[in-house]
Amino acid sequence: MRFGVVVFPGSNCDYDCYYVLSQVLEVDTVFIWHGDKDLKDCDCIVLPGGFSYGDYLRAGAIARFSPVMEAVKEFAEDGGLVIGICNGFQVLTEAGILPGALLPNKGGRFICRQTYLRVENNQTPFTLLFTPGEVVKIPIAHQQGNFFIDPLYQEEIKKQIAFRYCSSQGEVDANHNPNGSWENVAGIISKEGNILGMMPHPERAAEKILGSEDGRRVFLSVIKWWEEKRWK
Amino acid sequence: MKYRGKVIVTLKPGVFDPQGVTIRSALHTLSYKEVEEVKAGKYFEIILELENCSQAEKRIQEMCDQLLSNPVIESYSYQLEEIKN
Repeated sequence: MRFGVVVFPGSNCDYDCYYVLSQVLEVDTVFIWHGDKDLKDCDCIVLPGGFSYGDYLRAGAIARFSPVMEAVKEFAEDGGLVIGICNGFQVLTEAGILPGALLPNKGGRFICRQTYLRVENNQTPFTLLFTPGEVVKIPIAHQQGNFFIDPLYQEEIKKQIAFRYCSSQGEVDANHNPNGSWENVAGIISKEGNILGMMPHPERAAEKILGSEDGRRVFLSVIKWWEEKRWK
Repeated sequence: MKYRGKVIVTLKPGVFDPQGVTIRSALHTLSYKEVEEVKAGKYFEIILELENCSQAEKRIQEMCDQLLSNPVIESYSYQLEEIKN
């Protein structure tokens, strides 16, 4: 299978994703330029972290109109696998591909630190190598990660939560919510399950030397899922 | 005809506004104790050339819906004026 990492002007985790996929996990990976509409026969598209278009207007607001996003939207609607990490998650919500919005952090500050996440759902292509309720360590680095969802849709979205911020023991509460996210949401999947958006950076937790290898299982899950073709 | 659109985008009620909260506490520090609430928003001035006012209004609305505001968290208002040389 082949991964494609989209490069927007201002992306800064694109090489990290490319490195983890191509060097650490040794899977076929290519870059996809934001101005291209050709997804190069990729089976999974990664929208990386960073500050696309300088976060002007709103984080992700301009990137969603780049030519590549038309292709990504079509790909996602056809059931293609898409992972949006950090700024990539913001782009997906701005584009309406995932529900909700990412507001500025409650404390008003940029937060860059290790966080613990509880895996809420392992019946997805991105989490099948985790166990439900498992606590994993994956870092965050963002200014706008405060997940907001209109009260009208909250009940519906609960089923789509993939990861929630928690303590090292797995307690999900306000004391372990770094940014004020509704229900401690750190990552959600689409209704159909083929799109994942998450604020934490799995590519920054993919090697022992980085303090955690938990993040690599997100990518390994996708690879395993693809090999088993569980979805179809 | 040339028109100037003045667009104001604000957060919907109930959407947390850390900028507003931070500005309010700074105003308190500056002894403006009477300040109860501050809401931060965005202002855009757009100059456009179209045949008439109703066309300009339609286009400004489309811009607001599509790009200038995020309907999930924001609402907008605008004023439109003709620019006379």
